[in-house]
Amino acid sequence: MTTADIADKSSPPAAKPIHPRLVRWWHWINAFAMFFMIGSGWRIYNASPIFKFRFIEDLTIGGWLGGALQVHFAAMWLFVINGLVYLIYGFVSGHFRRSFWPLRPRDVWRDFNLALAAKLEHHTGVYNAVQRLAYIGVIVALVGIVYSGLAVWKPVQFQTLAWTLGGYEGARIVHFLAMSAIVAFILLHLTLVALVPRTLLPMLWGRARGEHKTDGGGVS
Amino acid sequence: MTIEKPVARALLRDDNDIRKIERRLFLKQTLSVGALTLLTGCDVTDIGAVQKVTAAMSKWNDGVQAALFSQTRLAPEYAESDITRPFPFNAYYKRDRVPFVDGATYKLEVSGLVQNKQSWTLDQLRALPQASQITRHVCVEGWSAIGKWGGVPFRAFLERIGADTRAAYVGFKCADDYYSSLDMATALHPQTLLALTYADQTLPPQYGFPMKLRIPTKLGFKNPKHIMTMFVTNDYPGGYWEDKGYNWFSGS
Repeated sequence: MTTADIADKSSPPAAKPIHPRLVRWWHWINAFAMFFMIGSGWRIYNASPIFKFRFIEDLTIGGWLGGALQVHFAAMWLFVINGLVYLIYGFVSGHFRRSFWPLRPRDVWRDFNLALAAKLEHHTGVYNAVQRLAYIGVIVALVGIVYSGLAVWKPVQFQTLAWTLGGYEGARIVHFLAMSAIVAFILLHLTLVALVPRTLLPMLWGRARGEHKTDGGGVS
Repeated sequence: MTIEKPVARALLRDDNDIRKIERRLFLKQTLSVGALTLLTGCDVTDIGAVQKVTAAMSKWNDGVQAALFSQTRLAPEYAESDITRPFPFNAYYKRDRVPFVDGATYKLEVSGLVQNKQSWTLDQLRALPQASQITRHVCVEGWSAIGKWGGVPFRAFLERIGADTRAAYVGFKCADDYYSSLDMATALHPQTLLALTYADQTLPPQYGFPMKLRIPTKLGFKNPKHIMTMFVTNDYPGGYWEDKGYNWFSGS
């Protein structure tokens, strides 16, 4: 927690939102875009599976390959533009530095063990080290899925990108793995929100109930 | 890659195609099933609206891809040892419905915005300067395979027939009722080939005898086989899959 945040706490009624407005908008637009990207992506995968399984068709979006491709290549614009705004904001405003940094391996290990023992307290507005690692990890996966996606979409025009991933077929596998990492994150994310439901409100409205009174002494 | 695997995959795809065609008849107007309907509570009208948006985005993507396309950027070429054997058969029908075309009487018809509309026999086409390439065929379904095609560079052919290269489209009609079209920029790309051979042999029926257009900068379905007629036009000609919803430009 920065001194600026603590200073804000001294004037309770005008407490700073836990999640800035831009982050909240990014989050929900991204959730909407990812829903369509993943659902249609599974349908596209099913047309020619890389591995020995297919996704359940009722969990896919698009109705058939052509419909899924249309959804995928429409939603990608929302996903990518929204993501670029978030990345630029995250670096320029210091949001990434404030929220995800520092990230020390021993803190991750400590918080991981605390979490396993169900002793890790949730301090609204402060990410524990495991959360920081997960958020940085999913941002890397999101960048990776765009990178590999460009290589799969345009293996000739973006052949240098494709080459760095081992060519077209390599890019397909990286795209699948990045999707898997993102889906794993989403499952974990939704599970934790279900376990600690009060974390949902700040992502919707910016603040938690009684947030300005106490933060549980959260120190990063 | 083993020899059996591509064959098995090709057979699998054939079955898929049949199923897809059946399903497509009633799914054409409904964008989605299951998840979308359940999770968003959309009714059929909403889905029609969604489809309008995605169709408009597909047109927008045509423009973006045309802007990304470079007439000088070449598709990677490969070594003979990289060729996928056997090269998969792929069509909107099964292998036993591959059309028969008599090479002895065959003539390629040329029409539209061209100065010289004479038809071309196979021997006349074989007498033109030939080129060959080993390139990757990328299917819209996701799989890819490397093959070797030889024939007449399409740009040289267009110049020879006096095609209006400022026109927007080149369209193709095929012996299997397939049809497709491409943008002039891609038609003039140095690797776009009027292919008459596969693996240095006369193009076999399953790969598109008497000729296919080989375009390594496009997805596989943009490479028409069994071409009977080609025409140059400014009126959007569409295509078999394009009219069903595949993106028209579909560049790689």
